[in-house]
Amino acid sequence: MELVNLGIKAIFIENMIFAYFLGMCSFLAVSKKVSTALGLGMAVIFVLIITVPANWFLQEFILSEGALAFIHPSFATVDLTFLRFIMFIAVIAAIVQLVEMIIEKFSPALYGSLGIFLPLIAVNCAILGSSLFMAQREYTISESVVFSLGSGIGWLLAIVALAAIREKLKYSHVPDGLKGLGITMLLTGLMGVAFMSFMGISL
Amino acid sequence: MEVIRKVIDKYKPNFTKGGKLERFYYIFEAFETFLYAPDITAPNKGAQIRDAIDMKRMMNTVIVSMLPCLLFGIYNVGYQHFLAIGQEATIGEIVGIGLLKVLPIVVVSYATGLGIEFTFCTIRRHPVNEGFLVTGMLIPLVVPPTIPLWQVALATAFAVIIGKEVFGGTGMNILNVALTARAFLYFAYPQQISGDVWTYLGDKTPVDGFSGATPLAVAYEASSNNTGAVIDALNQTNTVLSADFYSFTNMFMGFIPGSIGETSTLMVILGALLLIMTGVGSWKVIVSVFLGALAMGFGFNAIGANAYMQLPAYYHLVIGGLAFGAVFMASDPVTAAQTERGKWIYGFLIGVLTVIIRVFNPAYPEGIMLAILLMNVFAPLIDFYVVKGNKKRRLKRATV
Repeated sequence: MELVNLGIKAIFIENMIFAYFLGMCSFLAVSKKVSTALGLGMAVIFVLIITVPANWFLQEFILSEGALAFIHPSFATVDLTFLRFIMFIAVIAAIVQLVEMIIEKFSPALYGSLGIFLPLIAVNCAILGSSLFMAQREYTISESVVFSLGSGIGWLLAIVALAAIREKLKYSHVPDGLKGLGITMLLTGLMGVAFMSFMGISL
Repeated sequence: MEVIRKVIDKYKPNFTKGGKLERFYYIFEAFETFLYAPDITAPNKGAQIRDAIDMKRMMNTVIVSMLPCLLFGIYNVGYQHFLAIGQEATIGEIVGIGLLKVLPIVVVSYATGLGIEFTFCTIRRHPVNEGFLVTGMLIPLVVPPTIPLWQVALATAFAVIIGKEVFGGTGMNILNVALTARAFLYFAYPQQISGDVWTYLGDKTPVDGFSGATPLAVAYEASSNNTGAVIDALNQTNTVLSADFYSFTNMFMGFIPGSIGETSTLMVILGALLLIMTGVGSWKVIVSVFLGALAMGFGFNAIGANAYMQLPAYYHLVIGGLAFGAVFMASDPVTAAQTERGKWIYGFLIGVLTVIIRVFNPAYPEGIMLAILLMNVFAPLIDFYVVKGNKKRRLKRATV
């Protein structure tokens, strides 16, 4: 039950986009078509559910204070927390490389339409953000799996909803100065207001 | 009527191409087509449909269907006022107080909104958007009678500009404009739109034992403080005003505090009948919102973990603004799902979410506003997948 609550919380209440505004660059840039957005969303989920648990092991057995004690008791005072950012990023970058190769092999069309944004998942703040939240909130391994899946689904939901709205927006009559990113920014704000409906729910 | 036609025809040349007031053509056109259906309602290109029912006639139908709510709201504001201060009053005094509080809000909302509309139309050279006729009436109906007028103006301006005009006007907006205004008020000035603001007291002091809490607030309090069944709490509130103040019948009739236009489920049903009979509102959305709320209500009844969950499901339909939101806002043809199957999904989820927010979210006693806004965001996505599903099914049939 705890895990289900954590998952729902990560999807809706603490949505990566609308509660923390993380991962905005690809959210704004790759949301022109639903199919592409769905592809990117899936890729983000995939990367998340591998990187967060991987980083959990890293955090648990190497980085946190005294984690190295299992090698030799004299390491018990070693604190490698300052390496957290660079280690997390390295893991994420490696796994994104893997995802890129997989997508290129199995779905060249999606690979083409995602373009530069696929390698850029490596610097998607939502990915690093989840890993850091996991470390900061001291999740257990099962919690971090659920949390990564939840935040991935939340991110996917947000980008797909935005993409569907933007496909509809093609028929609207937006002032010239606001076309493109301008109106998308405003839209994100309005969507954020709608997502406020979940704020304050305590599970 | 002939006289009006003559006046219009006399001044028309000034506004048409080449006239000295050409710049204001669209404002003139707005007034003309408001009074008389234009000869041609079809656009220059695209489908050519000749019909007397254009968008202005449609919007007028919606306004007429809101009149019962507005009139009842005016009466109820005065009625609650005299009930709370414990004074006998004639019907004239009651309506007088009601008009005094409600009319300024209506005027401010229309003046601000139409002012902005006209400015935008003149600058951007497009016909005036009829949509605001409805929005301008909806905004006063969903705010408490004690709301400061400048806040009404600010919220209307925000909703019309950010919620609608930046997308190109009526028919292009993503979120329901009136609800955007209310959400703006809710998040910007929570003090004026939550708590004990629902009864207009003026400078009078209320009678002893009076509580300004709405049924939703009473229900949530009773449930979170564990003071027994919600119905008992409702029955014990404001007994000083009348013996069964928050009884089911009284809440259905609407003689309770609340936003100006939403208290009476009966009047909302009257409006809904007109909307459905004329085909302006979608009955699918309206019915599915109620179904969703009932389904979730019965679901919670089955779980029954706290007192709020045990509240009989049909109570959810009469407390708060669920009926009003379902009929006048969820069924908004612009922001609702466009596909027929999508409408069922869209409405059902609104009902479900409303009850979930009411029961689970301590931050918001009422859930219908945010539930509709949230589903507005997801409506295009629902449509996208319904259309995709249709395509797939037909492709399958075609290849067999």
